[in-house]
Amino acid sequence: MDFMVFQYPMITVQACLDGILLGILFALIAYGMALQWGVMNIINIAQGDLVILGGYIAYFMYLYGIHPAWGVIVSPIIMYFVGVGIYKLVINKVVDRDLFISILATFGISILFMQLMNFAFGADVVLANSGYGTTFLFDSAVVLPNSKIFSAFVSIVFAIGLVIYMKKSKLGRAIRATAQNARAAKILGVDTEKVYAATFGLNAALCGVAGALISITFTIHPYMGLPYTIRSFMIVIVAGLGNLPGVAMSGMGLGVFEEFADYILGTEFRIGSVFLLLVLILVYRRFKLSRKREYLK
Amino acid sequence: MNKNIILYAAILIFGLSAPFIFPAFKVQLSILCVLIVLATTWNIQGGEMGYNTFGNILFYGLGMYLCASVQVGMFFPLAEWTESGGEKTFVHTPSQFFQGMAAGLVVAAVVPTIVAGLIGYAILGLRGHYFAICTLGLGVAAGEISGGIEIIGAGQGFTTPPFPNVGGLEARGEFFYFLSFGALVLTFIAVRAIYSTRFRLILNAIRDNEDKAEAMGIETMKYKIIGWMVSAFFCGLAGGIMGGLVGYIDSTDVAFDGREMGVFMVLMAILGGKGTLWGPVIGATVFHIFKEGFWTFFLGWQYVALGVLIVVIVIYFPEGIMGWLREKYPERFGEVIDEADRKAQVELK
Repeated sequence: MDFMVFQYPMITVQACLDGILLGILFALIAYGMALQWGVMNIINIAQGDLVILGGYIAYFMYLYGIHPAWGVIVSPIIMYFVGVGIYKLVINKVVDRDLFISILATFGISILFMQLMNFAFGADVVLANSGYGTTFLFDSAVVLPNSKIFSAFVSIVFAIGLVIYMKKSKLGRAIRATAQNARAAKILGVDTEKVYAATFGLNAALCGVAGALISITFTIHPYMGLPYTIRSFMIVIVAGLGNLPGVAMSGMGLGVFEEFADYILGTEFRIGSVFLLLVLILVYRRFKLSRKREYLK
Repeated sequence: MNKNIILYAAILIFGLSAPFIFPAFKVQLSILCVLIVLATTWNIQGGEMGYNTFGNILFYGLGMYLCASVQVGMFFPLAEWTESGGEKTFVHTPSQFFQGMAAGLVVAAVVPTIVAGLIGYAILGLRGHYFAICTLGLGVAAGEISGGIEIIGAGQGFTTPPFPNVGGLEARGEFFYFLSFGALVLTFIAVRAIYSTRFRLILNAIRDNEDKAEAMGIETMKYKIIGWMVSAFFCGLAGGIMGGLVGYIDSTDVAFDGREMGVFMVLMAILGGKGTLWGPVIGATVFHIFKEGFWTFFLGWQYVALGVLIVVIVIYFPEGIMGWLREKYPERFGEVIDEADRKAQVELK
């Protein structure tokens, strides 16, 4: 237990800023999850592993002497095809089946990816050094690595870009139509199979962007995927599907919560507190809805 | 009925004589018994009740830690034991070991049941995938948190008391085999007994349509909690036995091992056929034989194989072995097929 947070107000400022910058990244991953959940009604447990895979792409560019920031461009392109591949191999067989089947199938994919990454890249914690330096605020009381600011900025750019793409482009309209009513969209000539593949690919690409940013800002490790899945799931259920400002806000809230949990409870309980928060949020929503004789569905 | 008695007697005799017929596989057979217990209890939720849980691993890990803690804590200071990390500063005498084990197993079974009852009201109100994800979170959270608690060994693990030096070399294996076989028999009898009552029909009604079940006047929440408590009781018991058998408890790799045991129990029940009494038993046996037979050939690629196996079973074989048999030999399952009716159906197509 460490109550430094309450004694030194600057630590509070630091935690809040760190949390907000981190939360923007979470919101980007959650946006991908909300997209495919809304369109295909699938919860992808392998979401976090896609993030980590994207991170490794940026890390390998760094190892071969390319600046890891280019990973933000390269990683989503590769991940798009990985996502489409996963869709063609597995997801298209579970898309209209029982939800638990899709959860279990993606859980299998998650285990598979985890172990393949462990073989291919080793079990070390790695990070790609961007060499961006740090910014000092308030007489050096608050330290912000520039890479965090960079990653938050890039996430916002990608999120806004995707929103515009979904509004304006033909594929974006097809995706939104399929989300509203897949059958009607099919009747009106939308190739839903293609739309599903593109949606999953777009989700994987978003994960790729987020992963590349995480490898620059934080660290990546083959087994770190599941917490990212849980975080994005949590953000989506708090915000609700299709509520983009809500996703951004709850992402930042989660980031700030995590930073404070880190300071107060200690780093060893950080992941545990995220999972406990998920349970608490679900239980809270269950009691809130049951007062109106409704339930989560 | 007569046939059934012969079948059960044959299985019982085989179970009792197995450690003497296959003395080299005693540990494997004990693990098989534990796996069958876990798959059977998972089936109460996932198969009969329609609540697909990843969280039964919580009770399993809890039972494991509780059994070992009681066994040590009854005679020695627990904190010093875990700090010494299995050094032989404290040695259990045989009577202490068995007393501790007995008390530990009782605690390991009862406390998870109480925990299930306490959290049941909150958690079982969730439905569908929210329930699945919530229980997944619960299991992982338990692992992460127990990995930060000093008194039960934190990150470095907890060594359970070594088996005392009585009854020769084979005694340890035989003791744990009969313990786990006893747990298996107990579980099977209990589950069979509750499946032959109205309770199973209520669980099936909840699975098929919970709102209608409630409208028919069934207090669904009460029965869901009871079902979960039954699962928790046997999961805790199995966990306690497994802790003694493995001899070493680690928070995320042995006790709250959602990536291995937590998935295995789901997979075994689905492989065997969920919603049947024998399905989980068959599924666990097939899975364990497959795992022990081929695991060593994968040389570190086990998890890759596991991931592929999950995907393949879930996509191509969701009804399981029992479901497949039922389709192939429906008359064995008491389904009468009218030949003329079937022909008419075929002609219609």
